[in-house]
Amino acid sequence: MTETTRRSILAILAENNRLAPEDIATMLGLPIDEVARFISEMEESKVILKYNTLINWEKAGEEMVAALIDVKVQPQREVGFDTVAERIYRFPQVQSVYLMSGGYDLSVLIEGKSMKDVALFVAEKLATLEFVQSTATHFVLKKYKQDGVIFEDKEEDRRLMVSP
Amino acid sequence: MNSAELVSPVVRDLPPSGIRKFFDLVAESKGIISLGVGEPDFVTPWHIREASMYSLEKGYTMYTSNHGLLELREEIAKYLNRRFGVSYDVRRELMVTVGASEGVDLAMRALVCPGDEVLIPDPSFVSYMPCVTLAGGKAVMVPTIAEEEFKLNPKTVESMITPRAKILMLSYPNNPTGAIMTAAELKAIAEVVERNNLIVISDEIYAELTYGEKPVSFASLPGMRDRTVLLSGFSKAFAMTGWRIGYVAANPDFLAAMVKIHQYGIMCAPVMGQMAALEALRNGEAEMQRMVNTYDQRRRFVVNSFREMGLDCFEPRGAFYAFPSIKRTGLSSEEFSEKLLHQAKVAVVPGTAFGPSGEGHIRCSYACSMDQLKEALKRIKTFLATL
Repeated sequence: MTETTRRSILAILAENNRLAPEDIATMLGLPIDEVARFISEMEESKVILKYNTLINWEKAGEEMVAALIDVKVQPQREVGFDTVAERIYRFPQVQSVYLMSGGYDLSVLIEGKSMKDVALFVAEKLATLEFVQSTATHFVLKKYKQDGVIFEDKEEDRRLMVSP
Repeated sequence: MNSAELVSPVVRDLPPSGIRKFFDLVAESKGIISLGVGEPDFVTPWHIREASMYSLEKGYTMYTSNHGLLELREEIAKYLNRRFGVSYDVRRELMVTVGASEGVDLAMRALVCPGDEVLIPDPSFVSYMPCVTLAGGKAVMVPTIAEEEFKLNPKTVESMITPRAKILMLSYPNNPTGAIMTAAELKAIAEVVERNNLIVISDEIYAELTYGEKPVSFASLPGMRDRTVLLSGFSKAFAMTGWRIGYVAANPDFLAAMVKIHQYGIMCAPVMGQMAALEALRNGEAEMQRMVNTYDQRRRFVVNSFREMGLDCFEPRGAFYAFPSIKRTGLSSEEFSEKLLHQAKVAVVPGTAFGPSGEGHIRCSYACSMDQLKEALKRIKTFLATL
C-alpha cells in the first residue's frame, strides 16, 4: 500500500467515520481485506485514536462553558513540560492541552457546566499545581468553527436540480 | 399581431432541450435526490471568492480589453503550457469568454459557412448542435457506443465525412458519458482530420477531471495546434460555474474572427469573474486537486454500485458522470428516468437528452455528497427490483 493510499484512507475516515471499510475500498479501488487490515493496524497502533462525533451542544440545549487558559510552567530537568502537562490533562474537564511556542507554555481548553465551574477548577486545581507559575483564563463567547466544521453554515446547495 | 409567427424560423424549429423537460418534471416533485446536476457540488473555494471581493473593494468594476485581462491571459498561457505542453501568444491567440459555452458559439459563428457540416460526437453536450444550426451549418451526429467506451471511432468519423464537412467537434472528457480519449486514440483522429483537411473545435472544459491518466489536449498533437480551436474554462475544475469565465486558444486568424463577434456581442467577460479566475490559476491548484480526488472516490463507488445492482456501466475516466445502461429493464431512457423520479424520488437525466445514441442510458452525476450518493443508489437498487 502506497503512502498516498494510506493517507487517503485516513483522510476519508477523518472526514466521515461512518463509511464502512467496504465503501472505502471501493472508493479507492482497493481489496476490502487490505483496507480492513490497515484500519485495524491503525487502531492498534493508536494512529486512529477514536471515532467521535462533532456535536453542537448549544443547539442540543446543553449548557456548556468553555475557556482557553494560557499556562506558564517552570520546566523540569529531563522531562521538560511533560510531567506538568500530564498532571493537567488527566482532569476530565480538560478537553485539550497543547505545548505552545511564544508568550506562555501550555494552552489548555476546559469545558464546564458554568463559568463558576471553570473558574473554580482553575483556582483550585490548575493554578495550585507545583511548577505552574501563572494562568490567564479566556472564556469562549461563541463557537463559529471547530475541527474544520462551520457551526451555522449558510452555504446550502443552491444548484438547479437538473442542469446540462 | 401573431408574435409567434414573427420569430425566426431557424430558432422556432430548434428542438427544445431534453434537459428542460426533465427540469420541469423535477421541479414539481418533493423529496428528490438529484443526480441530474451538471455542475460541481463544491462552492467556489474561499480564497477565490475572497480575491474577487477584494477586487471589488479596490474598484475593479470596469470593462476589460475585449480579449480579457492581460494578466489573466498570461496565467492561462502559462497554465496551458505547464499542463498540456501547448504554447499560445497571449496577445494574438488567447481570449477570455463568458464561459466555455460562449466559446462554442463564437467558434461556430466564426468558422461555419452556410451548409458546412460539423461532425459532433453523439451523445455529447446539449449546445453543440443548436450552435451549429444557429450558425447556418448542418450538424452531423457521429454515434459512439458503450462497447467502445463512447470513444470517437476514427473509422466512423471518416465514413461520415462528405465534401461539405469542415469541422470536427471534440468533447473529451465527455459530458454525459464520462469517456476520455488517450493520446494514442486522439492521434488516430488527428490522422483523419489531417487527411480530410478538417478544423477541430475541442471542448476541454473537463480536462482536469481526468482520472488515472494525464489529460491530453488535442492541440498538443503534432500538426494539430493550428487546426484546433481549444475551448476551456474555470467552471468544472475550480467549481466556478456561476462566474461564467472560459477561454479560447486558437491561431491568430481564427481568434481574431472570434474576438470580432465577441466585441460586438459581449464586449468582455465580467471583470470580477476574471479577477477570481486569476486567483484560481495562481493559487488554486491544491484545492482543485482535493476536489478531483473526491470525485475520483465517488466515481469508483458509483460505478461499483451500478454493477452490483446488475446494470452494465463502463468505467468513466473523466468528468463527473456515470452513464450506465438501462437496456435490460426494457424501458427507454425517458421512461426509466420518469419512473425513477416518480417512484424512487431520484432524478437522473435520460441519455437521449444528449443525442440519439444516448438511448438506453441514463446520466448520473456524482457531483453530490457521499451520503446523498449512497441514499440515491440504494433507492435505484430498490426501484430496479420492482421492475
